[in-house]
Amino acid sequence: MGQNNQCPMPLAPFIQKSKRINQQVLAGFLEAIFNGISIGAVLLIAALGLAIVFGLMGVINMAHGELMMFGAYTTFVVQNGCKQLGGVWFEGYIFLALIVAFIFTAFVGLVLEKGVIRYLYGRPLETLLATWGVSLIFQQFVRSVNWVLIIAIAIFCLLFFGGLWVLNSRTNLERVRNWAIAVLLLLSAGITIITGNLLSQTYQLAVTQPWFGAQNVDVTAPTWLQAGMSLGGVQLPFARLFIIALTLICVAGVYIFLQRSSWGLRIRSVTQNRSMSACLGIPTQKVDAVTFALGSGLAGVAGCAISLLGSVGPNTGQNYIIDTFMVVVVGGVGNLAGSIVAALAIGTANFLIGSGTLALLLSSVKPLADFFTFFATTSMAKVMVFALIIVFLQWKPGGIFPQKGRTVDV
Amino acid sequence: MKRQLNRRKFLIYGSATFTTSIFLKACANNTPSATENPAAPPAATPAAATSGETIKVGILHSLSGTMAISEKSVVDAEKLAIKEINAAGGVLGKQIEAISEDGASNWDTFREKATKLIDQDKVAVVFGCWTSASRKNVKPVFESKNHMLWYPVQYEGQECSKNIFYTGAAPNQQIEPSVDWLLKNKGKEFFLVGSDYVFPRTANTIIKAQLEALGGKIVGEDYLPLGNTEVTPIITKIKQNLPNGGVIYNTLNGDSNVAFFKQLKGAGLTPEKYPSMSVSIAEEEVKAIGVEYLKGHYAAWNYFQTVDTPANKKFVAAFKKEYGENRVTNDPMEAAYIAVYLWKQAVEKAGTTDLEKVRAAAVGQTLDAPEGKVTMDANHHISKIVRIGEVRQDGLFDIVYATPAPVEPVPWNQFVKETKGFACDWTDPAKGGKYQKV
Repeated sequence: MGQNNQCPMPLAPFIQKSKRINQQVLAGFLEAIFNGISIGAVLLIAALGLAIVFGLMGVINMAHGELMMFGAYTTFVVQNGCKQLGGVWFEGYIFLALIVAFIFTAFVGLVLEKGVIRYLYGRPLETLLATWGVSLIFQQFVRSVNWVLIIAIAIFCLLFFGGLWVLNSRTNLERVRNWAIAVLLLLSAGITIITGNLLSQTYQLAVTQPWFGAQNVDVTAPTWLQAGMSLGGVQLPFARLFIIALTLICVAGVYIFLQRSSWGLRIRSVTQNRSMSACLGIPTQKVDAVTFALGSGLAGVAGCAISLLGSVGPNTGQNYIIDTFMVVVVGGVGNLAGSIVAALAIGTANFLIGSGTLALLLSSVKPLADFFTFFATTSMAKVMVFALIIVFLQWKPGGIFPQKGRTVDV
Repeated sequence: MKRQLNRRKFLIYGSATFTTSIFLKACANNTPSATENPAAPPAATPAAATSGETIKVGILHSLSGTMAISEKSVVDAEKLAIKEINAAGGVLGKQIEAISEDGASNWDTFREKATKLIDQDKVAVVFGCWTSASRKNVKPVFESKNHMLWYPVQYEGQECSKNIFYTGAAPNQQIEPSVDWLLKNKGKEFFLVGSDYVFPRTANTIIKAQLEALGGKIVGEDYLPLGNTEVTPIITKIKQNLPNGGVIYNTLNGDSNVAFFKQLKGAGLTPEKYPSMSVSIAEEEVKAIGVEYLKGHYAAWNYFQTVDTPANKKFVAAFKKEYGENRVTNDPMEAAYIAVYLWKQAVEKAGTTDLEKVRAAAVGQTLDAPEGKVTMDANHHISKIVRIGEVRQDGLFDIVYATPAPVEPVPWNQFVKETKGFACDWTDPAKGGKYQKV
């Protein structure tokens, strides 16, 4: 260091230049880390719900993406509501949207569990097909939902299930049960269709116009989330920072819930050994419902988060479903920590390869640099990441943190 | 509890299902059926389609699936044109009957439905398709049956079929003038971003060749898989390669556009320093992406809702009256609308719906379209004015530039070696779809 002070004048610009280069390298490095983390955070928040539903419960939920889509549409509705109120409401709508999205998608998840998945535990292939069907229904639902449809569904449910409930109080139900269901189904369907037709003929466009339609809808982030800030030459978009913070909170929340709360204890015990838990008096069906609702609710939160970055439309869910399964499988089924590591690793790999940073770093080794330059477009980077994942899964079929012990066989 | 299906239960369920289905059938009479009018008596040959009371035309677009987003409004425009023509007395004194088929965003379905429209419905013409993939899939059908398709969307060129009329822009009617304008007004350094399929890749070869010839420079290019919404690596590359600002030429399609512009703003890349030119963002897409993110960016089209011609005022007013005040019109919709009118003029000139005669009559037809005067060229494309618009506060476009005269269509790409010097002329049997110009 002492020599530096004595160095003759001609060297000074050189040192300054090397300092600048150093600074550039440092900024590039920081930017790579930040961008890797921010891509990983999006993957992680999208996969977190699935890590619970697929990882802990073993339910292959193909409708996970559509639950995210519901979260995004909830954000759209909340945003429009808050726009009417204006001012502070609009600036802060995202927080309200997060809560509403969580509650709404958790409710949808609960209905889904009670209506479909409950009957399919332990039959992964049927679950896969059924939830895929559900995902198609959800997509078409948001395309064509209007007042007539909603009112018709409400009337049908009210008549059919209300009728069943009334009949349940009769003592001789068993004898007439099948008759009753057939008649009820027919009657309530008939009344529903007639009411729907009447409604659409009386009020015309006011009730038959779709709420959202097949078009993408416009979710605009509050102004304070649209901009970004510059830190040491690295541009940090606020939306990305927000998502990273949200992901941290969600991961911490899920961890605390699973490890510290009584419901978390029950969930863990049911995942480890269902029949033993049942013997010990844990209401396993209720636990299943709560777990699934929690996973769905997290999907809703993720949907709200991705609406800050991407498009909101009927196909939104499909854009994410593959990535989320990839994260859970690479991380190791049944392990939250694995999902976290996998999401960050995939995100960073995607960025390093796709942005050409890796090619730049390896520029001294010519053939390697050429190789990575070839993969330095977004679509080729995806190819490379998939190839790496396949190789990785050949080496470690159980993922980063494979399950150990007896639960593996169950 | 016994749960077997005995005879009595079978009878109960069976009759219940049967009654329900009859009930549903009876109540479903007001759901829109595929044909708008009661079916005319089936005709024997395509040419004989006129022998009925109506002239049947096919509409073949995706009404479901991914592409429904865009194609639905094109169908609306085509139906509006048919309705207007019918209200004014129809074609050759006969009403037009539209038979609408759903291609379901599936290119094989497009082929099946095209065959069905031609063989079973005996339509006189088909208006349809959006994606190049669907057009490429139905092209052999129309060629083998020597039938006629009118295609309303701007596309990558490199095609000139005897059986297709293209009313959207050829590449030289959208991309080339916009690159010229950018070079003159916005800067010499370009970054190309596109979705990973045929249109963006072809478009970018044209842009590259053009920039090379005119002294511009490509500093980078990147392609996103369709539907991908993670654009961080691209934005990093743009910042690395254009540290002092430059032009972004955007050929992204669909959902990726939303992600791109949202994240562009978050990364601090403003339109003042990084102006972007898009070729697939029109009025409807602006609405879906959000004006906040797009304000100040540019788009190149032949038609904008804000074009100031009497024909356009009429078109926009009629469209809003038919489909609602909040709807907007855009370039492919306008191209679809004028396709119906150009076909009608050709039929009237030919005096019949006989395909050969209509095809010959169509060439040279001119129309005072909403976008200005258009003429059907001998290569089955139309000459069009090219415009550049800047997104403004209300989500429509300020037209900042328009070519002084309609631009002649050039379907064969003059910037790549394989097709340089080729042209297309269907009026001369010796020349045909691809001949070497001297």
